[in-house]
Amino acid sequence: MAEQVLEVEGLSVDIPVTGGMLHPVQEVSLTVARGETLAIVGESGCGKSLTSLSLMGLLPSRAERRARRLSLLGEELAGKSERAMSDIRGNRMSMIFQEPMTSLNPAYTIGDQLAEPLERHTRLSRREVRERAVEMLERVGITAAASRLGQYPHQLSGGLRQRVMIAMALICNPDLLIADEPTTALDVTIQAQILHLMAELQREFHAGMILITHDLGVVARVADRVAVMYAGQIVETGTAAQIYGAPSHPYTRGLLSCIPIPGRSRPGEHLGAIPGVVPSLIGRMEGCHFADRCALVEPRCRKGDIALRDGSGSGHRYRCVLDPETPATQEAPA
Amino acid sequence: MLAYLLRRLGVAVLVALTVSLITFSMIYLSGDPAVALAGESATEEDIESIRRYYGYDRPILVQYLDWLGRALTGDFGQSHYLKAPVAEVIFERLPTTMLLGACALTFALVLSIPLGVLAAIRPNSLIDRLALTIAVIGQAMPSFWFALTMVLWFGITWRLLPITGSDSWANFVMPSIALGYYVTPAVMRLTRAGMLDVLATDYIRTARAKGLRPHTVLFKHALRNAIIPVVSLAAVQFGFMLGGSIVIETIFAINGLGYLAWESIQRADLPMMQAIVLVLSVFYILLTFLADMLNAWLDPRLRTA
Ligand SMILES: Nc1ncnc2c1ncn2[C@@H]1O[C@H](COP(=O)(O)OP(=O)(O)O)[C@@H](O)[C@H]1O
Ligand SMILES: [Mg+2]
Repeated sequence: MAEQVLEVEGLSVDIPVTGGMLHPVQEVSLTVARGETLAIVGESGCGKSLTSLSLMGLLPSRAERRARRLSLLGEELAGKSERAMSDIRGNRMSMIFQEPMTSLNPAYTIGDQLAEPLERHTRLSRREVRERAVEMLERVGITAAASRLGQYPHQLSGGLRQRVMIAMALICNPDLLIADEPTTALDVTIQAQILHLMAELQREFHAGMILITHDLGVVARVADRVAVMYAGQIVETGTAAQIYGAPSHPYTRGLLSCIPIPGRSRPGEHLGAIPGVVPSLIGRMEGCHFADRCALVEPRCRKGDIALRDGSGSGHRYRCVLDPETPATQEAPA
Repeated sequence: MLAYLLRRLGVAVLVALTVSLITFSMIYLSGDPAVALAGESATEEDIESIRRYYGYDRPILVQYLDWLGRALTGDFGQSHYLKAPVAEVIFERLPTTMLLGACALTFALVLSIPLGVLAAIRPNSLIDRLALTIAVIGQAMPSFWFALTMVLWFGITWRLLPITGSDSWANFVMPSIALGYYVTPAVMRLTRAGMLDVLATDYIRTARAKGLRPHTVLFKHALRNAIIPVVSLAAVQFGFMLGGSIVIETIFAINGLGYLAWESIQRADLPMMQAIVLVLSVFYILLTFLADMLNAWLDPRLRTA
């Protein structure tokens, strides 16, 4: 088995807000191996960003994080000081954000911002830093890389800026790369390019990657494993094949029916949408979080904590008391 | 950048011309200048000869252009009271006022920017409340009253600082504080608000995600952006301070332009008042132009536009 880059067990985040305590991340457990891409999928507001920020130690100061285990290459991060975490961030573990337009500082050049992680985490000389910066820009597919170093973010398109962000995240050769909806804000044509680039770089750098998205269609192309998140919890997890082949949680099936699947969906076929909205995450919730929106809800769904149970194969788990319908009965007749 | 620069320069010149026109018309605000000059007991002929002597009989436009042309070459005429060239007197007094303004602005910035930053880092903390208190007091308290209170305590009760004059640095302490304190609240509040905005931006999150040290995040990434609007405000406030210096210089008998303005008003020395107003206005216009340039330099989006 490949080396585990990230092991997370029982990660929870609480944020005091007006009206009570918000529980945006509840008992999340996941692992990422070297060279593996784990996709975290779910509707917006279900806690994906806060999960990734809590891994990086970048939660807002009033938020509280708890974890039974949160280790990077076997090294426990949970008790680390902010100072020790800053040695790791941008170095062994880095992150790309959703908003390329606003994620770069408008006051500094691309070259300056690209050099910062190297200056902070390595002892390279100025010339070596510059060479590495140019090399990374070329690597993420930016032409005339050397001349880009002197440009400011506002002189670049969104797609280029996201490439710069990717170059910046990878410049110190991290073991783990977290990408929080890296393509959501981009044009559809650019989306595919960026996604393709990330998959390629992840193989090349041999890092573990967490790809966060609300779009299951994106996942199909790049993810090895998938964790489906709903209202702060992981409701189903497994290999991409298991999630697509035998989706066992009604929410996962709902998400899948929302996207056209090449070879399975017919042109013009009606795509489902999940009725209702994500419930409020303030206060403790009893039973299945999806119960209010689930077409198959039964009285027992609303009692106690629903645990993850084993699914169709090894590593496939889902959080539902009902037995999954066979994929055949879910699919529209051919 | 060049287009931006030229545009700002054009605006500055227009404003300066407008100010000069207003300043020029000051002569006619208090009625016929020849009558005022001639005094109570003058005869009709006296007035007429004065009118001719000073050129008040020419068309207004000609007078204005003539006056403007001379002002541009540094000739503001003779002081009615001091019997000396106005320009000479003004340029003798100007450095003192500039020094006072610079000291006051330095005091204001040194107090308000760190306080604003600290207040933004820890909103609603003790230091934030302290900053707010200072701001509220600063806004509620008239600067002349503050100056007099300082004179009472530090000058008279404890005898720590000289009360009047402008010979040594000690003379400038209280006036600088009195003048600078007046602009502190605005600068501090803008710094605090700017820092709060900037600290919540995505690029600050990026800076932290790179593992940068807290002081790098705070000063290199946050303050650098938050300070841009503060630069413009500081320029405007410096202008207010030049106005405020009339009161403060008079209280502390500092031999600057402000005190001269006060004296000239009392002496009805019109050419002197005109020149002071014009010099201070032009200085203020220059300052805002400089602030625009500084802004462009600080904000690449302006510079490369
Ligand atoms: N800084 C914050 N303070 C309070 N609540 C927050 C904060 N950030 C996010 N939330 C709330 O936490 C929940 C999960 O947010 P997030 O992790 O951003 O969701 P996602 O990335 O899946 O869209 C949402 O209800 C959101 O409103
Ligand atoms: Mg998000």
